[in-house]
Amino acid sequence: MLVQLRFIVRMLSIRSAIVASITILLIAGANATSITAPATDDAARVANLWWGFLAFASFVFLLVIVLLATAMRSAFAAGESSQISPRGGWYLVLGGGVVLPLIAVVGLVGSGLWIGGVIARDEPASGLTVEVSGKRWWWEVIYYDGAGKEIARTANEVVLPVGRTARILLTSDNVIHSFWAPNLQGKTDLIPGRVNESHITPAKVGVYRGLCAEFCGVQHAFMAFIVEVREENEFAAWLADQARPRTIPDDPHLRRGLEVFLAYDCGTCHTIRGTPAQGKMGPDLTHLAMRESLAAGTIPNTKGHLAGWIGDPQAVKPGVLMPPTALEPDDQEALLAYLASLD
Amino acid sequence: MSKRRDDAPSGDLETKDGRHWEHPQTRDAAHHGRREEERQEPLHPTVEDNEEEIRKLELAWAAPTGFIGWFKPVNQRIIGRRFIVTAFVYFVLAGLLGLAMRLQLAVPENDFLPPEIYNQFFTVHGTAMMFLFAIPVLEGFALFVTPMMIGTRDMAFPRLNAFGYYVYLIGSSIFFVMLLVGMAPDTGWFNYVPLAGKLYAPGVGVDIWTTMITFIEVSALTAAVELIVTILKLRAPGMTLNRMPVFVWASLVMAFMIVFAMPSIIVSSSLLILDRLVSTGFFVPEMGGDPLLWQHLFWFFGHPEVYIVLVPALGIVSTIVTTFTQRTLFGYTAIVISIVATGFVSFGLWVHHMFATGLPHLGMSFFMAASAMIAIPNGVQVFCWIATMWGARIQFSTPMLYVLGFFWVFVIGGLTGVMVASIPFDLQVHDTYFLVAHFHYVLIGGSVMPVLGGLYYWYPKMSGRMMSEFWGKVSFALVFIGFNVAFFPMHQLGLDGMPRRVYTYLEEMGWSELNFISTIGAFVLAAGFATTFFNALASLRVGPKAGNNPWHAETLEWVTESPPPPYNQRHIPIVNSREPVWDWREEQERPVVLGLRSDRREVLVTSILDAEPHAVQVVPGPSIWPFLSAIAASVGFVGILFHPIFFVVSFFLAFFSFVGWFWPRRPWRED
Repeated sequence: MLVQLRFIVRMLSIRSAIVASITILLIAGANATSITAPATDDAARVANLWWGFLAFASFVFLLVIVLLATAMRSAFAAGESSQISPRGGWYLVLGGGVVLPLIAVVGLVGSGLWIGGVIARDEPASGLTVEVSGKRWWWEVIYYDGAGKEIARTANEVVLPVGRTARILLTSDNVIHSFWAPNLQGKTDLIPGRVNESHITPAKVGVYRGLCAEFCGVQHAFMAFIVEVREENEFAAWLADQARPRTIPDDPHLRRGLEVFLAYDCGTCHTIRGTPAQGKMGPDLTHLAMRESLAAGTIPNTKGHLAGWIGDPQAVKPGVLMPPTALEPDDQEALLAYLASLD
Repeated sequence: MSKRRDDAPSGDLETKDGRHWEHPQTRDAAHHGRREEERQEPLHPTVEDNEEEIRKLELAWAAPTGFIGWFKPVNQRIIGRRFIVTAFVYFVLAGLLGLAMRLQLAVPENDFLPPEIYNQFFTVHGTAMMFLFAIPVLEGFALFVTPMMIGTRDMAFPRLNAFGYYVYLIGSSIFFVMLLVGMAPDTGWFNYVPLAGKLYAPGVGVDIWTTMITFIEVSALTAAVELIVTILKLRAPGMTLNRMPVFVWASLVMAFMIVFAMPSIIVSSSLLILDRLVSTGFFVPEMGGDPLLWQHLFWFFGHPEVYIVLVPALGIVSTIVTTFTQRTLFGYTAIVISIVATGFVSFGLWVHHMFATGLPHLGMSFFMAASAMIAIPNGVQVFCWIATMWGARIQFSTPMLYVLGFFWVFVIGGLTGVMVASIPFDLQVHDTYFLVAHFHYVLIGGSVMPVLGGLYYWYPKMSGRMMSEFWGKVSFALVFIGFNVAFFPMHQLGLDGMPRRVYTYLEEMGWSELNFISTIGAFVLAAGFATTFFNALASLRVGPKAGNNPWHAETLEWVTESPPPPYNQRHIPIVNSREPVWDWREEQERPVVLGLRSDRREVLVTSILDAEPHAVQVVPGPSIWPFLSAIAASVGFVGILFHPIFFVVSFFLAFFSFVGWFWPRRPWRED
């Protein structure tokens, strides 16, 4: 009992510490992942469901422990042993074993049907459709317009407008993944051969972290993403930026960087729209510099981290499919400068 | 109502005068014996024994000795004990893997285990705990205890029993050796396709996994068939179905669940190996297959599996509660109905493992309701035990302490289990550490703690000696504290978004403190388990000698010596009530069956419902053929991964070993 209590106390303090230290930001400044800090109405409903469950479960648990302690009292007391009357016993068994669970079942199924129905309802006519495709081990994010035409393609970062329902299509062409941003919505699997759907209606502007929740191989642990919720106009500007292809840079240093990119066959796997690099294996890098993180939310997108990632990806994310690239210092400098210009 | 007496009709074998039942066809009148009213020694049968007969009986049932003899015994207690010991060895090995994983997760961005090794470890940890520990250890207890509890001398098919053990031993050893050479599967114990398909798991790991699964299934099915036939047909006369001990009921339900659940995993693992070896494409979407089919098949087995290891453990709890309160179990009928209901309902829950796969919400709602409903039979059992304990002078020996620990842990695990039945809540916590916490509360609380209690409880019967009470209590304290420290914080980790099966995590995620605490708890828990195992080993030599019935229990395994002679009991008892041992003590009389021959292995066959004697079966004796047949089958199952010719080789090997196995003997021979 003491052990449990101490933990509850400990956990409460950790919880408040997390809430208080939202300023100790995660990579890319995202909020702490938590199902009890909801940023959508759906997540808030589930959070409330959890608090209700917790209250009811605590009550039942305490009831059982108190009854158990009462049952055992004679074992410690000096008095005579006594037996429960058959009637009393059946009240106990029917009350605790049938009525109590039935109340729980009715409450649970009722709330589950209601909240689950709200979440599953097929509502969005907002015209915002985002396909999230699970890769090993990163996320491809594709924005479509109302007619189903591709607008832009990016990776590991989903930007959504506040207050508008986004229809998220979940696909995979490899193994099963699961798309989960705890503060926004429950998880939905990405299953090869199927198109699953999830709907997110962000209620608050902010940056939220998401994770792959289905074991998908050696780097399942570092397959994260970021959901950034912005005001409608900022979102529109961002999407317009993302849609823009690149031109061959005029600056000779940057042009040298692009040549390095192509010379080292980076374009076999990566696309930079508007250049000869049209590879489909890895993330689209057209607007790499606009992203907050690299390697699916593993390291911040800074020059030093990017250099380390290109030189030896295995050191950052063992088992990753990207091959290492040994660059001459000049080439590296030019390439990093070019990649930093991809805003 | 908690009646002390069961007034159901008991058939006509209870004769008021002699209280003996004699086999009608007996030709051996020599040892009818005289009845003597020995009221001082009520638990000895009221017949006089002939030394010569006992010697003959011992000879007929003795297990062979020597090195070769080690592979021959078929006696139910020897096989049961081997299952239990082997299963505990795997418990220790898989537990060490668990500790290594906890070490890796103790601090963020740890590099103690690289991801490919960590993934092998959690795959083997899960697989071994479920297939190599939980099922076999409970089968082992059932094989060891049930025949004695129902008052017979062996299982119905002793050689099949031995075969099942060797298949289990060979399959599990190969599986663990693969880990040592770094070729173990790394795709999780659930082996979701396409991750477990040839494209994404090219090594032999998954092949070995499917083969091992097949081995364990064969073994489990043999044990299940054994248990069903033994329990239904070999009960002592008078032990009608409604006088059967609760543990026997639980074993019976477990056996039926194995029979219905295992074919599903045999089918799914066979389809997977076909996909991998000959590209059949059952699970490949490009070839018209469906990855979800695997999940349905796997969980149609996988969910009942949880209850396969839970139901007999609850049977152990009922046994221990009865013994340590010295009381009739409250609500016997309600408990039995609950056990049977659990068995049925457990087959209607599997989709709750698949709520996140995008199935239609309304369709999943059925499984949400069914998953929550299973709280009722389990709740009924918990409150029946509380009613039994109400006001009793409970003896707080180690087995009872483990049962009390079980209450605490299992109730928490059950409550979180009901929570995750809710679809919207499950979509949040599914595949997070909340789930890891939940099922460890259910499996360690609901299964391992009763099993440890059962170990302390039946150890005297197995070894003839008691385990140390002091170290037993130390062990319980460490297990209980260590378990809660290790697994309670995981609930919060899950709510904070920590997914399962990650080999490490970033410091920024804020999961470090709770993970560190959890690792400390895991080591305390391991110390608790280790204490029990050292206690068991040391007590083999230094434990105080146990009498026939050290706990004053009420079931039939306690009327014979500890450890029992190879024939279990000198005379098969006649049962008139649910607590035969207590009643015999009161009535100063213990009726027995006479007329079975002593010079060969005879067991009494009785009717299914009322246990009326029907016939005498002569069961086969020791034989090397089950072992050789297991080898022959293994050559095929393992060899086929490397070359198809092994299928043919194994076919002929199995043919010859089965010919040897079934070579006619003459049980009717008068020699």
